[in-house]
Amino acid sequence: MANDAEAKVVFERPHALLPVVTNYCPGCTHGIVERLVAECLDELDVEGDAIGVAPVGCSVMAYDFFGCDMIEAAHGRAPAVATAVKRVHPDAVVFAYQGDGDLASIGMAETIHTATRGENITVIFINNAIYGMTGGQMAPTSLPNQVTQTSPYGRDVATAGYPVRVAELLSSLDGVAYLERVCVDSPKNVRKAKKAIKKAFETQVAGRGYSLVEVVSTCPTNWGLTPQEAFAWMRENMLPYYPLGVYKDVVADGYADAAEAARARAAACPLVNPDASEEGGAR
Amino acid sequence: MSAELRIVLAGFGGQGVLFAGKVAAYAGLIDDREVSWLPSYGPEMRGGTANCSVTLSDEPIGSPLVTTPDVLVALNQPSYDKFVDEVRPGGVIVADTSMIADMRVRDDVETFGVPATKMAEEAGLKGLANIVLLGKLFAVTGFCSRETLDAAIEKCVPPRKAALIEKNKQAVDLGMGA
Amino acid sequence: MAEKVLMKGNEALAESALRAGCRFFFGYPITPQTELAAYMSKQMPKVGGTYLQAESEVAAINMVYGASAAGARVMTSSSSPGVSLKGEGISYMAGADLPGVIINIQRGGPGLGSIQPSQSDYWQATRATGHGDFQIVVYAPSTVQEMADVAFNAFDVADRYRTPVMILGDGLLGQMMEPVVLPDPVDPADLPAKPWATTGHKHARPHNVANSLYLTAEDLERLNFERYERYEQIKATEQRFEEYLCDDADIVVVAFGASARVARSAVNAAREKGIRAGLFRPVTLWPFPVDGLRATLGTARAYLDVEMNMGQMVDDVRLVVEGRAPVEFLGRAGGMIPTPEEVLARIEEINERIGE
Repeated sequence: MANDAEAKVVFERPHALLPVVTNYCPGCTHGIVERLVAECLDELDVEGDAIGVAPVGCSVMAYDFFGCDMIEAAHGRAPAVATAVKRVHPDAVVFAYQGDGDLASIGMAETIHTATRGENITVIFINNAIYGMTGGQMAPTSLPNQVTQTSPYGRDVATAGYPVRVAELLSSLDGVAYLERVCVDSPKNVRKAKKAIKKAFETQVAGRGYSLVEVVSTCPTNWGLTPQEAFAWMRENMLPYYPLGVYKDVVADGYADAAEAARARAAACPLVNPDASEEGGAR
Repeated sequence: MSAELRIVLAGFGGQGVLFAGKVAAYAGLIDDREVSWLPSYGPEMRGGTANCSVTLSDEPIGSPLVTTPDVLVALNQPSYDKFVDEVRPGGVIVADTSMIADMRVRDDVETFGVPATKMAEEAGLKGLANIVLLGKLFAVTGFCSRETLDAAIEKCVPPRKAALIEKNKQAVDLGMGA
Repeated sequence: MAEKVLMKGNEALAESALRAGCRFFFGYPITPQTELAAYMSKQMPKVGGTYLQAESEVAAINMVYGASAAGARVMTSSSSPGVSLKGEGISYMAGADLPGVIINIQRGGPGLGSIQPSQSDYWQATRATGHGDFQIVVYAPSTVQEMADVAFNAFDVADRYRTPVMILGDGLLGQMMEPVVLPDPVDPADLPAKPWATTGHKHARPHNVANSLYLTAEDLERLNFERYERYEQIKATEQRFEEYLCDDADIVVVAFGASARVARSAVNAAREKGIRAGLFRPVTLWPFPVDGLRATLGTARAYLDVEMNMGQMVDDVRLVVEGRAPVEFLGRAGGMIPTPEEVLARIEEINERIGE
């Protein structure tokens, strides 16, 4: 008979992740990030209250991987779908899981407006600077001079313009409560990424406003590199362009939530801050 | 009058053209008749001309858009010019002569010129030229009973402007006597 | 009997939707449906519902998709150019078998077109609201009362068959006021449960998924076959139409929505002249009232299809008539409304011809 120490479970599949085989390529970081999301749903004990929205892209099948209720959205529309789900079920934990083409190109309008409305949802954003599922085309986050199938001579900024830095862009919006950029290239960074994802969900549960975690990722298959080479390329080229860190945290800034921070930012505007002693308020 | 009365009311935006039309339509509703009310809509409503079509009938109404009106109520020059020739021969025109300087009078319709804007202002009923003209239309066509017209006014004036109900009724009186 | 009130078509659609238990509205401003959104923005907060002005028509319809997946009765409204943008989401709703009500208060087209009334989105509504093999139920009311009635009913039909339902109006019907008796309100709490909805499983059932993606061709084909079996059921039970003086009609005028009002006046005028004319008015454009129209073949010697477009529903009329009688077309476009006089003139012309 085995002793107690031997029987102790030290590692298992998160409950919120279903026991199915994913469609991800070897070395892809989607698997790591989806696992982190599932671990957070488990630890916060919200799987039963969670409703996830999957994108179009490599993680399109995420609705088969997560154990919570799931909705498959049209390309780029996950934030709009998530917005409505949260309005119907304000007590549910609603998240969108999106890639760079989905979130920052075809769905940019939905992304920005969902953020600025301060929808109390969580977005997990995978930025690997390429369209993976369709075979490696230039993404809104592809770096200048990056070679892709549709920028075969390297992304020419004179004709294709510049990449979008999503965390920086969204940090200017008042509806946002928490924004962090992380990566998952090492155990240490995986732990940091999980902390950020958990904090994002906690932000939602506390009703503080919109939260997004951008995960700088890799695409070994379409980059034409081994997983280790891909991480090295990411560290060398992507991290200088997309620096890791917290881009907005209204709690750390001393506010209860995004709404309070927004009022303080517009303190000089009487329409935003009607005198509390006056009857009636804003008109 | 025939069983169907087709009215066009036209003027500048802000002259209360749509409101006067709504009062006429409500009068029909109260009398349990078939009624329709159709506004012009879009950019022309903003600062330009506004008009509406009102039909009162004893039969289901076809198109709510009145193209050959039995009655034209015109509150300004451009509206008069635009619609004067569309009135059916034998029809009626009620026009605000304080706003229409150049009134080409047709000999095959009955035309009633009423200086409604001036009369309303002198009577302390500024802004109610529309109802003065509606009062005249009522006197000429008798499209409903006076009780019905008063009830329609009460229905159309929003509760927060209830003080205006009496003034509207006075404006009807003024128009009837004009 | 409930009180008769004077209401705009757009407002009657909105009020009736609220009474049907719709508590979620997502839209984007466009003329001539604006009053509908304005009405919702005023009333939704009073009943604990959500009015949300979306950043685009695309976002609005995808919010409808989300709210529907989450189990709510939900509506969006727009006008022609905006409905084109909604095509994506409507296709996804059909593919994921999600109910919802979409209003199109049509205006002249193509392109930005005009803001005046039109019926030029008939093909779009009945043939291709979006990509892929699917149909949606389409109602074409012709009075404000009927707008209230179909809006109330649309939510039941959408839920029963798990399909998007469109109400196809136009600027004339949306803007006009007529007396209307509104339906008695339903409490959303009393509506039938939706066990398929994504509401959070509470560890009490397997996870629900709202989805239109099937990478295995055999699976997707089977789902399409199943969906079309449901469409057959809809065709068998949901055809709606109105017949007016068709019993002995030599000439049957076919028209829907606003143009049917004009056609009705023309039919009355023709009868006064001793011409046996009648009006056949489809209330459902899909399913097209095939059975009802076919029944008119007993007496009809000619058909006149009247539309505010260049000739769209006339295709469906010809498919039913199958060459057994001539089908003529009279259309106005670009926001023009046909007059009873021009319709009457055409009826008289046809009458002379068939009399020969």
